[in-house]
Amino acid sequence: MPELRYLEDVVTLEFDVEKCTGCQFCTWVCPHGVFAMDGNRAKVVDRGACMECGACQINCAFDAIHVQRGTGCAAAIIASWFNGGKVSCGPTGDADSEGACGETPKGSGCC
Amino acid sequence: MPGSKVARPRLDQPFVIGAIDTPFGEVPVIPAALTRADRVGGYKVRWGIGRYTYTVDPGLYALGAPDDRSPVLVSANYKLSFDALRRELVGRDAWILVLDTRGINVWCAAGKGTFGTDELVRRIESAELSFMVSHNIVVVPQLGAPGVNGPAVRRDTRFRVVYGPVRATDLPAFLDAGMRATPEMRRVRFTARDRAVLVPVEAVNELAIAAWVALAGVLLSGIGPGWYSLARALERAPIAVLTAFAALLAGTALAPLALPWLPGRMFSTKGAVAGALTAAAGLGIASLAGLALSPAALAAVALFMVAGASFGTMNFTGTSTYTSLHGVEKEMRVAMPLQIAGAVLATALWIAGGWF
Repeated sequence: MPELRYLEDVVTLEFDVEKCTGCQFCTWVCPHGVFAMDGNRAKVVDRGACMECGACQINCAFDAIHVQRGTGCAAAIIASWFNGGKVSCGPTGDADSEGACGETPKGSGCC
Repeated sequence: MPGSKVARPRLDQPFVIGAIDTPFGEVPVIPAALTRADRVGGYKVRWGIGRYTYTVDPGLYALGAPDDRSPVLVSANYKLSFDALRRELVGRDAWILVLDTRGINVWCAAGKGTFGTDELVRRIESAELSFMVSHNIVVVPQLGAPGVNGPAVRRDTRFRVVYGPVRATDLPAFLDAGMRATPEMRRVRFTARDRAVLVPVEAVNELAIAAWVALAGVLLSGIGPGWYSLARALERAPIAVLTAFAALLAGTALAPLALPWLPGRMFSTKGAVAGALTAAAGLGIASLAGLALSPAALAAVALFMVAGASFGTMNFTGTSTYTSLHGVEKEMRVAMPLQIAGAVLATALWIAGGWF
């Protein structure tokens, strides 16, 4: 089966290797293998596979990773044009949500 | 006073089969195996029925007969997530700590932050977890990581976050390996089966759009020589309705299922190709069946299927497991003007088809 891959050179992921302490959290949380260990520090090995979920950034205790996180969802982006909110999932009508179609029950295995 | 702030999940939930008495209230006991009622409930939400009220009470549950050394596995209070976790744990004992994600699955809730650091810290405290177990590890599903600051949880509680595998099916192997995940367990996939189970809810979500398009198509079908004719509207209506629903099917079922084999990286490209193939097949069958369409109507049908399916598949980006916000924004800047132009032109051609 051909590999599913999205657009290259679009994501906002930035990694500052100078701040990295080699704690490995980013390599554990990334669902697309963007980070790998290179000696005793992390390294970005597949930037194009990043989906900007932000897992690496929030789990980096050393402020070495920055990404403008968000949901890669066209319906949520369209909804955000109308309500001026940020792009996120969530059922419409949820007080805290600016989401669109609501959550999707992702493949039964993932949750 | 012990137990005064402890909120335990209700014992009268249908899947609870007993209770463990503790100084901090009764902890509900749940089985690993799913019942028929659990499976029927899961099937219904896959079709979008009662999806936002398919919840379990947040808090601590005992799966099997856990003791103070049993693992603590964190989940969301979407019952589909809760069930996906427990059904993998047949023959095991574990504590299940359910966060209040308002009925949303782990990954989506993590993106919103409801499956998050604050909620996890609160639940660890309100479940009196440090009294229940003697170790200091909570296993958080890897897809919960976008909402959870692992290092901060360690700072604010006595517990350390260990990220479990992406898929609950890998949990037994992960636990047996001393809580180590292989690189394969850490990768999210989007298999044919993953996509197939998502098709119904996707199609149902966009059904309303197709219905409005069909209605508009039927109304426009009456325009022609002599301005408006009900007979003409009725005669042309079936094609308009079929076109709307074929575009829906191409965009929300065919393209998601055939995703890896359709050309292009943008979902709108893949959808446009699926729409073109569907149009070619549909119009081919129609002509073999002896249905004669005018060139203008023919072009309208084909063009609308391409534009409509392209839009439908573009909306599948949010359902997929690998698209980024900035990628989708770029895709939309390119695709939406073309989709709108295609739909407008198709509408004009369909109206022109009343004359030609």
